Amino acid sequence: MDVTLTINGQKVTVPDGSTILEAARYAGISIPTLCHHPDLTNVGACRMCVVSVERARGLQTACTTPVFEGMVVDTESEDARETRKFVLEMLLTDHPNDCMVCEVNGDCELQDLVYDYGVAWPEHRGVRHSYEADPDPNPFIFIDRNKCILCSRCIRACDEIQNRDVWNFAYRGFKTKLVAGADQFLLDARCESCGQCVAYCPVGALYDKMSLGAGRVSQLTKVRTTCSYCGVGCNFDLNVRDGVIVRVTSAHDAPVNGMSLCVKGRYGYDYVHHPDRLTRPLVRAKWLGAEQVEEQVANGNWQIATVAEKYVQPPASGPQPSISDGTFIQTDWDTALDVVARKFTEVKKAHGGDAFAVFASAKCTNEENYLFNKFTRQVLGTNNIDHCARL
Amino acid sequence: MTNSIRDIAEESQCIFVIGSNTTEQHPVIGTKIRRAKRRRGVKLIVADPRRIDIADYADLHLRHRPGTDIPLLNGLMHVIVREGWHDEAFIAERTEGFEELKAVVEKYPPEVVSEITGVPAEDIEKAARMLAENRPGALLYAMGITQHIIGVANVMSCANLQMLLGNMGVPGGGVNPLRGQNNVQGACDLGGLPNVYPGYQRVTDPAIQEKFERAWGMPLSNQVGLTVTEMLKAAEEGAVRCLYVIGENPMVSDPDLNHVRYSLQQTEFIVVQDLFFTETCQFADVILPAASFAEKEGTFTNTERRIQRVRAAVKPPGEAKSDSWIIAQLAKRMIALGAASPDPDAPHAGWDYESAAEVMAEVNALTPIYAGVTYRRLEAGETPQWPVPGEDHPGTPILHVGKFSRGLGRFVAMDHVPPDELPDDEYPLVLTTGRVLYHWHGGEMTHRARSLEAMYPEALVEIHPKDAEKANIGDGELMKVASRRGEIIAKAQVTDRVEPGLIFTTFHFAESAANFLTNPALDPQAKIPEYKVCAVRVEAVPEGNGADGEAEMEPTG
Ligand code: SF4
Ligand code: SF4
Ligand code: SF4
Ligand code: FES
Repeated sequence: MDVTLTINGQKVTVPDGSTILEAARYAGISIPTLCHHPDLTNVGACRMCVVSVERARGLQTACTTPVFEGMVVDTESEDARETRKFVLEMLLTDHPNDCMVCEVNGDCELQDLVYDYGVAWPEHRGVRHSYEADPDPNPFIFIDRNKCILCSRCIRACDEIQNRDVWNFAYRGFKTKLVAGADQFLLDARCESCGQCVAYCPVGALYDKMSLGAGRVSQLTKVRTTCSYCGVGCNFDLNVRDGVIVRVTSAHDAPVNGMSLCVKGRYGYDYVHHPDRLTRPLVRAKWLGAEQVEEQVANGNWQIATVAEKYVQPPASGPQPSISDGTFIQTDWDTALDVVARKFTEVKKAHGGDAFAVFASAKCTNEENYLFNKFTRQVLGTNNIDHCARL
Repeated sequence: MTNSIRDIAEESQCIFVIGSNTTEQHPVIGTKIRRAKRRRGVKLIVADPRRIDIADYADLHLRHRPGTDIPLLNGLMHVIVREGWHDEAFIAERTEGFEELKAVVEKYPPEVVSEITGVPAEDIEKAARMLAENRPGALLYAMGITQHIIGVANVMSCANLQMLLGNMGVPGGGVNPLRGQNNVQGACDLGGLPNVYPGYQRVTDPAIQEKFERAWGMPLSNQVGLTVTEMLKAAEEGAVRCLYVIGENPMVSDPDLNHVRYSLQQTEFIVVQDLFFTETCQFADVILPAASFAEKEGTFTNTERRIQRVRAAVKPPGEAKSDSWIIAQLAKRMIALGAASPDPDAPHAGWDYESAAEVMAEVNALTPIYAGVTYRRLEAGETPQWPVPGEDHPGTPILHVGKFSRGLGRFVAMDHVPPDELPDDEYPLVLTTGRVLYHWHGGEMTHRARSLEAMYPEALVEIHPKDAEKANIGDGELMKVASRRGEIIAKAQVTDRVEPGLIFTTFHFAESAANFLTNPALDPQAKIPEYKVCAVRVEAVPEGNGADGEAEMEPTG
């Protein structure tokens, strides 16, 4: 069943049961919102979306009011606009004037609306909240309750998307406060550190702790990619500043996961830039020949690598350690590739392809695995290729 | 997966999770299951020896003993057949072997099953009724099903149950393995297996062999190659002289590590290509620094067979290079040295690739299930699920609709086979292994992700209060776990997540990797080691005997 209504003089036909907000968006008419999010249930809490409806008493919240046949809506009535302005002013009276240094400057729904409605920063009267910023010791989620506009989007995200029910409001009136569990730390309130609440927060009240001070939206480039951990295949955006990944943000149009990510996908990206990363080929001295090693090390082309337990130490200054057969030498690519190619060729000629075994990788791309398979079968001449699918 | 994450989350009436710690291992799927349970009211049955997180949301948690999946599934099927709840039309039209199945499950009434599995008979009755009354139902499984000496039989039993209920080829149904590593599906699809070329085309099929010989311009072997576990054995015996290890870390992820170490030591020449200096690198002759997922272009295939783009966001550090560059370099150099002389006129003989898209074009040409997975579509935002036989084919979200790929679905009735190693007087406890939310696999990446590491910095062993008390081990204290193959020291986490007689630990920590303990006994077909069951004993470690209270490895044997 369809319903036809009029919004700002425009006829719109939508399925019965749609809200005014949905009908308006369908018709390309925008209505400002704060507590609404298309993924979440509507609570009609913020009154940003109020509109005038002919013959209705008072303004209606567009996000919760269902349409009816013949309804006549004015989204830009003076009444509605004044009310929205008033809502914004009220929010600002209890909001720190912090945009200059706020993490979400340029990516904040409140800031955008204040701009759109030309609301001036109100003179502060009466009491304001002054909560401690970052009161929670968890390593992932930063909380600044002074910026919280009590829209409950985080509560609904945790409840409806993550299904974990960590957040809720405690106390009443002016004292109303967003709390985890029974006013506990997040990790004691069964939080799984997925960061969905951060992703749905319209302002800077919740933010990714690892990304504090690392760059704001206008300084970041987003690159859409697929997670490197599990097989769910979540997509997200790597946020890059000056060649460094500083944040992961989820994307509404990700095919598998939408806005959802888990703690590894959202907060497990920094291994990419870890100082332990291997940066040069390493070859044991015995495959290079003592003379060549001595010469190349002496003229600084190669370095003697000191291997600590799990990483290669930067070459030490001062006297170089002595070289034995087993010493790893940092060489150039040409040398390392030639050592491997020569040894492989020699073994293949003497013992045939089945003297090789290749561990392909479930972490590499499809294209790379195709090439490993081609290399093993065409060049090495064996079917001895497998990976850790079984483990 | 035969089905898609979306149709399971949105259309199934019952979700049966067996051998998958979904909310920790495939967290976003876990979230969707919880949502289906809470928002749509689907029935959720979880079968797992441990009280894993998702069990808290379940209508029914069947805590069967490790290694008793077949009797449990047979018990469910027994009740379904006894009550006449099986889908007769589906069975008649689409399957064969039902009579044999019936004869086998006949022997598994709930009372008998209860004896073997430890699950109360009434719960088996209840679960069977729930499965029967709420169709379509989806079955999800992971390593808890496969990492047994009878892994393949376990998988078949799952399929038996779903065929019996007519839950195949329909939205919201299916047998759905949750693949572990991000691209384990793609590595299998693209020929990273010893018996098949890309797209599961058999190396033993002469027509296929000829097709690839013509494409690559070289005669090719028609002998099935070695699996990972066999490779190590062959290396130890000298039949394999060179190991080329790309982005894998057998020194943490393979069973019976003391033995792996020995095999690697015996190998003449080892090349490791990786992001980090892994435990396996200690045995390498040459180490090649590779690029991470954030530094290269390509695609991954997820657990529901969906192909999605991976994009370069940053440059590799130092001189690290992408795996495709490295392998192409090696190929060209070896060809120049005469290791192979592919016919230059063959259409795909060469190694001059300009981009991942060019490699994919070659895949398109040679791999029917990926034929239509072109970069033109991927760049337009499509994420098709294979099989995608052509450019204009939309992909296949659900397998086996109307027909199984082999024609008729075959019931393969299975009997209970106990695990290879059972507890005895000397090793009285069962050890089962797995992963935790904050870490991944061998931990190469997550130990270097600072916040994840902060959450879970050391190996823990879950042990039931009763067993802990018996051995005089307190919560948070160091304990020693020993099996016939080795021992580890790690911190005890005293919890009733495990039942008495069972302990659990992870293989994320090289120093106290569970795989010093695990049993390398393999499933004869899939060659998967039995990670989910081995016999161990535990003892308290007196204060000051672990290095600074840190978990520590003590290799033996
Ligand atoms: S991080 Fe996830 S689980 Fe924790 S409170 Fe936020 S939404 Fe809930
Ligand atoms: S923290 Fe953010 S999402 Fe949560 S109630 Fe406050 S403003 Fe809304
Ligand atoms: S974000 Fe989490 S659930 Fe999603 S693919 Fe990555 S590891 Fe898996
Ligand atoms: S958006 Fe409608 S009341 Fe908040």
